[in-house]
Amino acid sequence: MKYLIAIIQPDRMEDVLNELDKSLIHYATVTHVLGRGRQKGIAAVYRSHKEVGNLLRKTKIEIALPDDEIQAACEAITRVARTGNIGDGKLFILDLEESIRIRTSEKTW
Amino acid sequence: MRNKLTIGMTALGAVMISGNAFADAETIVAAVEPIINGADTSWLMISSALVMLMTPGLAFFYGGLVRRKNVLSVLMQCMFILCLVTIQWVVVGYSLAFGPDIKGIIGDLSWIGLSGVGLIPHSVYATTVPHQVFMIFQAMFAVITPALIIGAFAERVKFIPFCIFTLLWSTFVYDPVAHWVWADGGILGTFGGMGALDFAGGAVVHINAGMAALAGALFLGKRLGYPNKMSPPHNLPFAVLGAGLLWFGWFGFNAGSALAANGIAVNAFVATHIASAAAGLTWGILDIFHNKKSTLLGIITGAVAGLVAITPAAGFVTPMASIIIGLGAGGICYLSVTFMKTKLGYDDSLDAFGVHGVGGIWGAIATGLFATTTVNPGGADGLFYGNPGLLLIQLKAIGITIIYSFIVTSILFWVVDKVFGLRADEHAERVGLDLTEHREAAYTTLE
Repeated sequence: MKYLIAIIQPDRMEDVLNELDKSLIHYATVTHVLGRGRQKGIAAVYRSHKEVGNLLRKTKIEIALPDDEIQAACEAITRVARTGNIGDGKLFILDLEESIRIRTSEKTW
Repeated sequence: MRNKLTIGMTALGAVMISGNAFADAETIVAAVEPIINGADTSWLMISSALVMLMTPGLAFFYGGLVRRKNVLSVLMQCMFILCLVTIQWVVVGYSLAFGPDIKGIIGDLSWIGLSGVGLIPHSVYATTVPHQVFMIFQAMFAVITPALIIGAFAERVKFIPFCIFTLLWSTFVYDPVAHWVWADGGILGTFGGMGALDFAGGAVVHINAGMAALAGALFLGKRLGYPNKMSPPHNLPFAVLGAGLLWFGWFGFNAGSALAANGIAVNAFVATHIASAAAGLTWGILDIFHNKKSTLLGIITGAVAGLVAITPAAGFVTPMASIIIGLGAGGICYLSVTFMKTKLGYDDSLDAFGVHGVGGIWGAIATGLFATTTVNPGGADGLFYGNPGLLLIQLKAIGITIIYSFIVTSILFWVVDKVFGLRADEHAERVGLDLTEHREAAYTTLE
């Protein structure tokens, strides 16, 4: 069992979720987050004073999924989230110990 | 036609007053004499309400521009001034500003608690409306003027000392300056003074508040992290809402200052709208040249600068002059906010000096250039209409207002700081004034 964390550009979120759906992965938790990496911010200008934001808006998608689906999920996300520019984001994959469905207390997978 | 109408109104006024349980024989007799004009009274009451709305409007204009941890502190300061200065005005302020003159400097105390300020028109101020309408209209000006100063020291001032400062400022700065310019016998104005033209408060409101703002920014020093680590405005839509309310309320501010529903009021109304539009447009275009993009904050700032600049001139200038005044306001305030502030290094948080001080000075000068008696026979001709004398008078009045406001405000800041401590401590500034000064939060994260 794996836990996939994808940090992507916010404008790609819809496409990523659709693409995951096509791969029959329709479970996901999405949050808007702020972060920074190699991509520098877009300078905003307020009354002619430039403010370079330290943090950029990103979207974080978290998915818990069986080992055999991880490959498909990563491929689906990179397929549509990649623009080729700095700032496209990252995928983190963690081992997941356990997951429990609250409604039934059953241990899934 | 007008006479018949006014006689009818007078009779109606007398009946209404005699119906009042508190009326005595004297007031009924007096009510027959002055002429109350219904249209003028209605317009001035509506204008008073319009100007009242400017203070909450300003609260949103300023509130949107600060960081989210300080938005309530700014809204609170504006709304509290509305309460505080209204009471100050009724108790003592109106008497100091407009009461019977003492040597052109200040009103005496005979109108304390609005004693003698009733429903009979005053013989000099707004002679066609009940005296109390004029009083409440002026009260709204007394309220918004100290509220404008907030922009300079936003995000770093303690609340109680701020309130004490405001009370002192209204009493020792606003009331005297209003007296000099607008009161019967005031040294600067047109009722027996040197004849400076200030239709709706270029000097009294904007230069006055602008200089106080500069004094405040200099006295309190910069915010932590200024200028390199400041966060952007937390809610620009709020600022746009506020600017919209200011623009709307300004029709009462300027056109109401005709103190009658007449041609001068219409001239002021039209001039106000034109100048604001011209200044917003100018700022938007300058932004394209200087910053490559036209910004929303830019055009609303420009529009407010235009409103400020047309304020002293609105009842004296033509529509074309209004365009030029607006262009000038957009351009000059743009330069002051973009270059002067950075160069001189003071932290005027929300550009209260850069827009109101600088825009007010330009407007008062422009009145000396563009005023014409063809628009308002009760005014004077400016430089471009063959009378350089008016420009000199305007410059003198500007100079006196600048010096008095800056010096006395600085003294008041010093005194309040010595006694109470004005500046919020570092912890409060980091956490934000909403929580540390008011125990409230504007936005909840959960539910």
